[in-house]
Amino acid sequence: MYEVLKNMELAPKIRLFEVYAPEMAEKAKPGQFVIVIIDEKGERIPLTLAGYDAENGTITFVFNEVGKTTKQLGILREGDSIWNITGPLGNPSEIRNFGRVLCVAGGVMIAPMLLQVKALREAGNTIVTAIGARIEELLFFEEEVKALSHEFYVATDDGSKSYKGLDFLRQILAKKKFDRCVSMGPVVMMKNVSEITKPFGIPTVVTLTPIMVDGMGMCGVCRVTVGGKMMFGCVDGPEFDGHQVDFDGLIKRQRMFLPEERLSALLWELQGGCECGRKQA
Amino acid sequence: MAESKPKPKIKKESVPILKQKPEDRRRNFNEVALGYTEEQTLEEASRCLQCPKPQCIQGCPVEIEIPAFIKLLREGQYEEAIAKIKEKNSLPAICGRVCPQEEQCQKFCVVGKVGEPISIGRLERFLADWERDRGFAMPKKPPATGKSVAVIGAGPAGLTVAADLAKLGHKVVIFEALHLPGGVLVYGIPEFRLPKKIVQAEVDYIQKLGAELKLGYLIGRTYTIPELLKERGFDAAFIGTGAGLPAFMNVPGENLGGIYSASEFLIRVNLMKSYAFPEYDTPIRIGKHVVVIGGGNVAMDSARSALRLGAEEVCIVYRRSREELPARREEVENAEEEGIICKFLATPTRFIGDEKGWVRQMECICMELGAPDDSGRRRPVPVKGSEFIMDTDTAVVAIGRSPNPIIQRTTGGLEVTRRGTIVAEENGKTSLEGVYAGGDIVTGEATVISAMGAGKKAAKAIHEYLTKKPFA
Ligand SMILES: Cc1cc2nc3c(=O)[nH]c(=O)nc-3n(C[C@H](O)[C@H](O)[C@H](O)COP(=O)(O)OP(=O)(O)OC[C@H]3O[C@@H](n4cnc5c(N)ncnc54)[C@H](O)[C@@H]3O)c2cc1C
Ligand SMILES: Cc1cc2nc3c(=O)[nH]c(=O)nc-3n(C[C@H](O)[C@H](O)[C@H](O)COP(=O)(O)OP(=O)(O)OC[C@H]3O[C@@H](n4cnc5c(N)ncnc54)[C@H](O)[C@@H]3O)c2cc1C
Ligand code: SF4
Ligand code: SF4
Ligand code: FES
Repeated sequence: MYEVLKNMELAPKIRLFEVYAPEMAEKAKPGQFVIVIIDEKGERIPLTLAGYDAENGTITFVFNEVGKTTKQLGILREGDSIWNITGPLGNPSEIRNFGRVLCVAGGVMIAPMLLQVKALREAGNTIVTAIGARIEELLFFEEEVKALSHEFYVATDDGSKSYKGLDFLRQILAKKKFDRCVSMGPVVMMKNVSEITKPFGIPTVVTLTPIMVDGMGMCGVCRVTVGGKMMFGCVDGPEFDGHQVDFDGLIKRQRMFLPEERLSALLWELQGGCECGRKQA
Repeated sequence: MAESKPKPKIKKESVPILKQKPEDRRRNFNEVALGYTEEQTLEEASRCLQCPKPQCIQGCPVEIEIPAFIKLLREGQYEEAIAKIKEKNSLPAICGRVCPQEEQCQKFCVVGKVGEPISIGRLERFLADWERDRGFAMPKKPPATGKSVAVIGAGPAGLTVAADLAKLGHKVVIFEALHLPGGVLVYGIPEFRLPKKIVQAEVDYIQKLGAELKLGYLIGRTYTIPELLKERGFDAAFIGTGAGLPAFMNVPGENLGGIYSASEFLIRVNLMKSYAFPEYDTPIRIGKHVVVIGGGNVAMDSARSALRLGAEEVCIVYRRSREELPARREEVENAEEEGIICKFLATPTRFIGDEKGWVRQMECICMELGAPDDSGRRRPVPVKGSEFIMDTDTAVVAIGRSPNPIIQRTTGGLEVTRRGTIVAEENGKTSLEGVYAGGDIVTGEATVISAMGAGKKAAKAIHEYLTKKPFA
């Protein structure tokens, strides 16, 4: 059992959790993830670490309430417990002084990117960040990321804040030489970023989020094609060379269980699984 | 001397076991074989000749004194009988159900020469179930030795080591990566062959002995083996991490939706209880036309699970012929009774999907058997131009599993074979001091009883190592 110490809304349907897990807090590194199971009947869902504090024994993750499990997680209160968390899993990010690094993050993955930016900055890199969301209201951690970046940009899909879309990245890349790009976010976004950096020849690392079950290399549901080879997202990744990834294949595999996921979420809401239902009970 | 002693008359047929009827069981996950009643057990036990030189024992990988336990059973001394079994086998309820007895103890039973061998496994199952129903007797707790052992993996190998060492008074902590203990017993072998409550009862017993169980700890990530020994203060470690890495065929289209590795398929169904979706949250989708590629126990379990999940037609595609099927004969019979079709001498060449990326068809090529290969079995070779297409909306790839690699990758100095198995001596000793290994991680895919046997030997060796090792 893992106690929830903090449940905070960062933006609509985006929540930050701080959980007491001292052994994980001690071992975690940027780029790794955990697998969370809420209760005996729950699904195992992977969430990227957005922070850890060995001293206080806590780990932090930020998630989007998109389906049954993440909604159910969202209504947990401080003091409630999560049945099981496994981690840290996956290979840690490569952190060293690369030179100038472009960091592009979208949506909920802005949170783990902040952790990454911190580590890259400490390693002596010059950091240029671009964060984005569908609409302005969904942006969070702007100030925090900005404070750690040498240059900082914001974009939204609808252009409601600063840049519209990702095309502006080309101008940034054209102006200065970059040594590396790291990107975390929706798969479509990481695909675009990889396409943009490719002509500039900038090594680009993306964090893939295929469907996972065990997260330890036993089921193979997380398989992705990278450079023509079959890789397992959980043990070979989650970070891969964005110029080698078959993003379209990944997008199709992510949608495999869409009908079941919808059913699950619908039933959850029908059963009064939202917070209002709980208060009445 | 006693030349005139009349030859005992042997009853040739063993007492048949009650099973759920095929038409019932093909749609539920309840146990198929219902086990012997007390009466049936005694009747079957009466067939044993109590051979002075029993052949059966050599067939049992842990050398249970079979005639001795059968004798006690016949005399109604059930408690003594089960104790006799447990001297050698700490998981009899499990082995009685899933041991490939026809290849092991029962293969050597002399009665088998004239009729059906004694159903040793079923007798063992009866006694084990009898004991579990009464509640396990707890052995007296020995004084603590002050030594501690980290056991990695809660499969049959790890659980056996943990039980034996806890009984000797060592502090034992089991680190299991998944959220439930049991290894293949919970994530692989389906409920209808091995009810999960039986595994749970064994695990409860081991915990009562004092072993601590830590779930959700992937060793190699949370802690490495050197960290456990040097920083966490364990005096020894046992690696029983099994063979769980799924093999794929590397044919075009294998990443389409609806194509599962057998591990994924069985993990979803068993560990995550997808058969009870949406009550349980993890989904699984079963089409009308399910194909399972492979011919082992894993293929049979996958096929029979798919049927129970509502498939209209389930077809096993195997590249050799019926004679070479590696699965237990009893399970093949069960599968066929339930209506599973076996297609021999064929292998997939590609999968064909629809615009949404879901599998729709599988192209196969026919095979014929050529000269024997390394394994001594005749090698299947493709027949040119014999391709054919099968409607397929779910495919399960059950062509083998290799050792879990994370510990090998993160433990410097640990000797590993080219196949990825850990090199260990007969008693489990590896190339690192204080580190032992056993079960599928050493042998590659094998059996529950051999993993357990390896665990027993390793526990003994670890005990010797610890009692010699001075206090730090
Ligand atoms: C390595 C890894 C790290 C991740 N880190 C985070 C994180 O830090 N924060 C976070 O919010 N999410 C993260 N995800 C995605 C997260 O695991 C899923 O959002 C979660 O499983 C959804 O569960 P659910 O039951 O609430 O929704 P579901 O009912 O399972 O799905 C609802 C919707 O989410 C989509 N979805 C499901 N699984 C994924 C997935 N793996 N990736 C992307 N979309 C998915 C579905 O297509 C569907 O549209 C990560 C995934 C992986 C593999
Ligand atoms: C579907 C199926 C059906 C089978 N049917 C039969 C049968 O009928 N009869 C029979 O005798 N045998 C059968 N077998 C084979 C038998 O189950 C195995 O040989 C046996 O379970 C091996 O035991 P083990 O303890 O070595 O490993 P496992 O049972 O594989 O257990 C290993 C455990 O270690 C854990 N682990 C792995 N890596 C780590 C890590 N880094 N850190 C922490 N924990 C870790 C795993 O999660 C797992 O729980 C079957 C196997 C399968 C897959
Ligand atoms: S453990 Fe297995 S092989 Fe040994 S006697 Fe029992 S059923 Fe036979
Ligand atoms: S060989 Fe068969 S008949 Fe003889 S003791 Fe063993 S089980 Fe009994
Ligand atoms: S999630 Fe199962 S192998 Fe990666």
